[in-house]
Order: sequence, then C-alpha cells, then structure tokens
Amino acid sequence: MAWTWFFRLGSPKWFYQIAGRWQPWIWGLTLIGLSVGTVWGLFIAPPDYYQGDLARIIYIHVPAAYLSMFTYVIMAVSAAIGLIWRMKMAFMFSISCSPIGAAFTLLALVTGSLWGKPTWGTYWVFDARLTSELILLFLYLGHMALYNASDDIKTADKSAAILAIVGVVNIPIIHYSVEWWNSLHQPASLSKLAKPSIDESMLWPLLIMIFSFKLFFISMVLPWLRNNILWRERDSQWVREMIEK
Amino acid sequence: MLRVLVGREIKLVFRRKSEILNPLFFFLIVTSLFPFGISPEPSVLGLLAPGVIWVCALLALLLSVDALYREDFDDGSLVQMVMSGVSPASIVFAKAITNWLVTGLPLILLSPLLGVMLNLDNDAFGAMVVSLLLGTPSMCLIAAIGMSLTIGLRRGGILLSLLVLPLYIPILIFGAMAVNAATVGQEFVGQLALLGAGLAFTASLAPWAAGAALRVSLSE
Repeated sequence: MAWTWFFRLGSPKWFYQIAGRWQPWIWGLTLIGLSVGTVWGLFIAPPDYYQGDLARIIYIHVPAAYLSMFTYVIMAVSAAIGLIWRMKMAFMFSISCSPIGAAFTLLALVTGSLWGKPTWGTYWVFDARLTSELILLFLYLGHMALYNASDDIKTADKSAAILAIVGVVNIPIIHYSVEWWNSLHQPASLSKLAKPSIDESMLWPLLIMIFSFKLFFISMVLPWLRNNILWRERDSQWVREMIEK
Repeated sequence: MLRVLVGREIKLVFRRKSEILNPLFFFLIVTSLFPFGISPEPSVLGLLAPGVIWVCALLALLLSVDALYREDFDDGSLVQMVMSGVSPASIVFAKAITNWLVTGLPLILLSPLLGVMLNLDNDAFGAMVVSLLLGTPSMCLIAAIGMSLTIGLRRGGILLSLLVLPLYIPILIFGAMAVNAATVGQEFVGQLALLGAGLAFTASLAPWAAGAALRVSLSE
C-alpha cells in the first residue's frame, strides 16, 4: 500500500499532471529562497577579512559547484533505477538532468575563474579541483551527445544510463581532490560531520543559497521532464486529448 | 572460454597485419611532430617528453580499438556470439586483452626509442615503461566501454573520443606524473601504485559495464 506512490511515479501521465500542479509553488519557493539568499549574502553578510567584498562570489560559486556534483549523482542514481526496474520515467528524469548539470558546472567554472583572477592572479590553472570539474563538464557533454546520437530512443536511454553510471567515478575524485593533492583551491568550507570552517554570519546565507539552488534545480528539471514526457508520449491518447482541448 | 575468444581475436588480427602496424606508425609520426611544432631544442623536448609520449600512446590506443569491433559488428558475428550464449562481458574482455597485446605492448616496446628521440632523462626510462605497462591496460578496458556504447551508431568515431577521453584523464595525470617525478629524481612509487589501483578497478568493473553496453547496442 505504502509503495503505490512509487509505482504511480512511473506513469508519465500522472507525473505530468502532478508536476504541473506543483510547478508554480516550487517556482515561488525558489524565487523567495534565491532573493533572500542573494540579499543576505551580497548586502547583509559581513565582508571577508582578507578579500573584502570579493569573497561574496562564494554565495554563487559554492552552490553552483555543489549542485554540479549533486545533479550528476541524481542523474546516475535515476539511470540505475531505470536500468534495474526498467522505469521509463527514471530514464527521462536522468536525461533531463544533464543539460541542467552542465549549466551548473559551467557556472561554477566561470565564477571560479572570475574569483581566481584577483585572488590567485590567474583565470585558470590546471590544478586538481579545476581539472576534475572540467572533466565533469566533458562527461555531461558526452552524455548529451551519446543520447542525441542514437535514433532509437530505448537504446539511447540505456546507453546514456550506462555512461552516467560509469562517470560516477569522477565524483569522489572531484570531492577529495583538494585533500589529496596540494591545490591552489582552498579546502571545502562545509562538511557534514565537522564544524564548518566558515563563520556563522556567512554560513547561514550560504546554506540558504545552497538550498535554493536545489529548489532551482527542481524548478528547472520539471519543465524539461514534462517536455520530454509530452514528446515521447506524443502518440498516446491523453496527450492528443490535451492538445486538442 | 576467455582463452578461446582471445585466440580468435588474435588470429583475426594477424590476418590483417596492417592494422597492427598502423597505430604504431601513428604513434611514431605524431610524436615526431612535436619537435617541429614546438622546438628541436633538446632541453625543451626533454621537459615535454613524458607528457608527449603518454598523450600519443593514449591516442594511438584509442584509434586502434575500432578495428576490433567494426568488422565483427558489420558482418553480424558479434550478434551471433552474444546470441549463442557467450557472456558479453567476456567478449569485450577478450577484445580488450587482444587490443592491449597487439597494440599496447608494441607501443610500450617502442616508447624507449621515442624517449631517446625526445631526449628523455636517462633516469626516467624505467618509470615510463612501468607506468605505461600499468596504465595502458586500463585504457584498453575503458575504450571497450566507449566502443560498446557507440558501435551501433553511424557516426560513432568522434563520439567515442568524446566519451572516452575524459575518463582517460586521471590515468594520464598519474602516468605523466610518475615519469615527471622520475626525471627530477623524485620517488614515483606512489603514482605507480595509484595506476595499479586504477587497473585493478577497471579490470574488475569495466568488462561488466562494457558487456551491458554491448548488449544494449546489439539489441537495436
């Protein structure tokens, strides 16, 4: 009984409708979260002792970098669910993740290099953290390219899913790169277990930003997913009825 | 079973000998382009040699993998083998082993010659050969995943490099690091150990991923 919701998730029609109903609420929450986090981070939080106002880019850079990895893990997990339980919704979700993840990765790389120029004196260095984040971008691009290369949608789904799962090896490499190698990049500011190395006055806006970025991910992935559903179910009865209405 | 499969692959490869030699010529030519492109100055070349040799070996291996799959796929024998009940994982494992034996190993034997041409430091030859010995089998196994994913596609060639090259980067980093460390007289066992760990990891998991991918590609 408790599992019926999980199986209903597998129905494109049900998901399309429920996602459509939730969408405005999630967008609203995202907007509130992003504005609160941005105002708090950019205007209210104190400037950094060493870097002054420059350090405020952390409120964009860290959430984007966090989400670039988070999205990849979500993408790989749903790919695995798709392969194991043969749920087509899981494949569609996995496919919808990669353009958004690629955008987050690009954002993290761009904000990082803008931050790097005044503090390290260079836009780009081939150091462990930066290079592995760049590999992540290539993995996303490869995933999209492989999916788009195949004519048969079922083959495309499965091949892309296998590639997503294989690429997961890169995630721990990115995460621990700053600890394993002597890197220009500073060690992680946040950790689940240890006390954060960042002051509370800056921690709260950062946490709000990370949370709102997650909401932002959901509010971006839902339209992608709904478009995918419509496109794939274009021959089914309910889509036709809805379009004709 | 694996021995039979590898035997079959090797027999097939030796009937088309040019396919063994082509990647080696490629390796030789591309490596010798660097002195023209950058500088024939021996000190500059010695500095670049570890990276150049590693990158060229990597590209030569990547180019050689297509020949092992293409013909079997086109004449349908790959489908027949899977349908006859041979596990796809052992088919791709056999192809990866063959790929390493007929391309990887000759590349490694050729690499000291290129090291001499590029003025590689005398102390670094051992590190180069050992790091290539540990790194190239992982690359063959990863290439097998990419090849199995793209075999059914019409324009798979460029896509193959797009998928596989990002996954090669960690191996390249540690391989070139080991050789670089050896040229400046540092300890390089750590990098070699990581390459070995990578090989253990890919050898135990990559055949399964590649086998699953092959099954998907053939089901079309």
